Amino acid sequence: MGKNSIVMVKQVPDTANISGQVMRDDGTVNRAKLPAIFNHEDRVALELALRIKDQEGGKITAITMGPPRASDILRECLYMGADEAILISDRKFAGADTLATSYVLSEAIKKIGHYDFIFAGRQAIDGDTAQVGPQTAEKLNIPQITYVEEILETTSKTVKVKRKIDGGFEILESTLPVLMTVLKDACFPRPFKAKRLMAYKNAKTLMELESLTEENSLLYIDRLKEEHIAKNLYIQTLTMDDLQLDITRCGIHGSPTKVHKVESVVLAGGNHETIPPTKEGMANLVAELMDNHILG
Amino acid sequence: MGNNINTDVWVFVEQRSGKPAEVSFELLSKGLKLAENLKGKLKSVVIGSDVKDIAKETFKYGAEEALVVDDPELHNYLTMPYSRILNELVEKHKPRIVLFGATVIGRDLAPRVASHTKSGLTADCTDLQISDVTYLKKEYKDLLLQIRPAFGGNIIATIITPDNEIQMATVREGVMKMEPLSKPVKGKITEVPYTPNGIDHIIRIIDQYRTENKVNLKAAPIIVAGGYGMGTLDNFKLINELAATIGGEVAGSRAAVDAGFVPPERQVGQTGVTVRPKLYIACGISGAIQHRAGMQESNKIIAINTDPEAPIFGVAHYGIVGDAMQIIPMFINAFKEKLR
Repeated sequence: MGKNSIVMVKQVPDTANISGQVMRDDGTVNRAKLPAIFNHEDRVALELALRIKDQEGGKITAITMGPPRASDILRECLYMGADEAILISDRKFAGADTLATSYVLSEAIKKIGHYDFIFAGRQAIDGDTAQVGPQTAEKLNIPQITYVEEILETTSKTVKVKRKIDGGFEILESTLPVLMTVLKDACFPRPFKAKRLMAYKNAKTLMELESLTEENSLLYIDRLKEEHIAKNLYIQTLTMDDLQLDITRCGIHGSPTKVHKVESVVLAGGNHETIPPTKEGMANLVAELMDNHILG
Repeated sequence: MGNNINTDVWVFVEQRSGKPAEVSFELLSKGLKLAENLKGKLKSVVIGSDVKDIAKETFKYGAEEALVVDDPELHNYLTMPYSRILNELVEKHKPRIVLFGATVIGRDLAPRVASHTKSGLTADCTDLQISDVTYLKKEYKDLLLQIRPAFGGNIIATIITPDNEIQMATVREGVMKMEPLSKPVKGKITEVPYTPNGIDHIIRIIDQYRTENKVNLKAAPIIVAGGYGMGTLDNFKLINELAATIGGEVAGSRAAVDAGFVPPERQVGQTGVTVRPKLYIACGISGAIQHRAGMQESNKIIAINTDPEAPIFGVAHYGIVGDAMQIIPMFINAFKEKLR
């Protein structure tokens, strides 16, 4: 008997490479100027799921909540070895904080059902909050293990892992199902398989198929969709209606936290005294520091 | 919002194998100020085994009441029982503010509680303030401003939770000052019984390894930090020499840690330790935002860098443009001369 995994992934702006053009004059970030990438720790999470699948079999479903273009990272999940990818997308999800996001994800997971593991990266680099994993686990009423460094052993009903704690690590054993968030050092994600890349590069969401029909009047959306489903190239999209969600808990309405103000980083100090890089300069500096009891 | 709204400030007091985490006392000191602003009470929540002494210690930081859940079963932190206990307590009492350390435990626990109680939660705050706010043309009194770096530290965001009764935040270690009161508060301990639940031990600890962190950068009055600009591990020895001469601790920027010049536990900055020593000497550190965030509140900062445009000079009190390899030996000599 294989084990089924659901892997939560996120497309994020590449905050590690922020250039001058990306920062506006008022100090805010122009997200549109940032390249969108696959959050690295989520890719590591997918790799851990794949390794379990390699050994025991089972099905891997990659899910993401995001705008239509987030389908890019779902295709990457398929290239790596995920069996199915689902886009959870609706304009009404926009502006979601971690609480609203975890509500939508947990409802989508309930709809998918049948899982032994839920995997996610520890945190996404655009917010660094590390909250969505635990918040989703709480809503599903299942246990969680955060900061996972290594999966040591799985049995039919349990998993044993090594996780980081403050000042060390611990070995935990959990009954399944369990949600795990993983650290970037847990493993090195496999490269795309050429065969899978060729097979899945044409995998499309409904929105992407629709835009194809807009460009070519000879195509009919229903037939196109059927063809893609038959060839296993259809990326399912779940909307608010599909999930029968409570609108007051989605997107900006369901988000208790609001951004009140954003400032560019202000430097403290600023008016430094310039000390000449000479023997005399050092002697004077040391004398001043010692007189003020900062040194000595 | 009605007048009967709760104004209590709660701090989750974290303990690891019976030892309280410093960040919890830092939070109590900050929490006391917030409670004074709100005209509310500061309360601590202590969960563990044999933790009454820790509960009493929170009175030294201004807690008027300690909610204590004390049971041998709770000796080690476990997600399920701890979150269940806190979910129930927060649901019942509805405190105005709940603070957690942004530690592995705090970041594991707080989101579950926020999720359960549908509260707003802001991660990794570096400052907290109480203020009236106008948001979308509506006036709000006494909101918690939750201030945190965002987008890889490139911006500072102020987050509010305007329409929620409960405002939660995790706060980075070392950014709030620990300020014990000269006279402890006469606090009261309220014991909350632990009622076990089948789901509590669905996760079991097989083994735990914790090495006592011998380096305590936060407590060092003098820190000598080196960056990637030191060039080589051999050159970095000068940093050690300077630190040894003037009685300081050695630290490094992230780049210096990545280059292997200095171990990770000595990293200063956003992903390392936040420090505010009496004297911070930055050698060959350009001063990326992430580094400055961890040291700019130092009392005096000396920056040594070959590039006069390096951002580190923006936070420095004394700037020396030049090669650290030549300047450090001159500094060491000057110090030795002066001591003679």
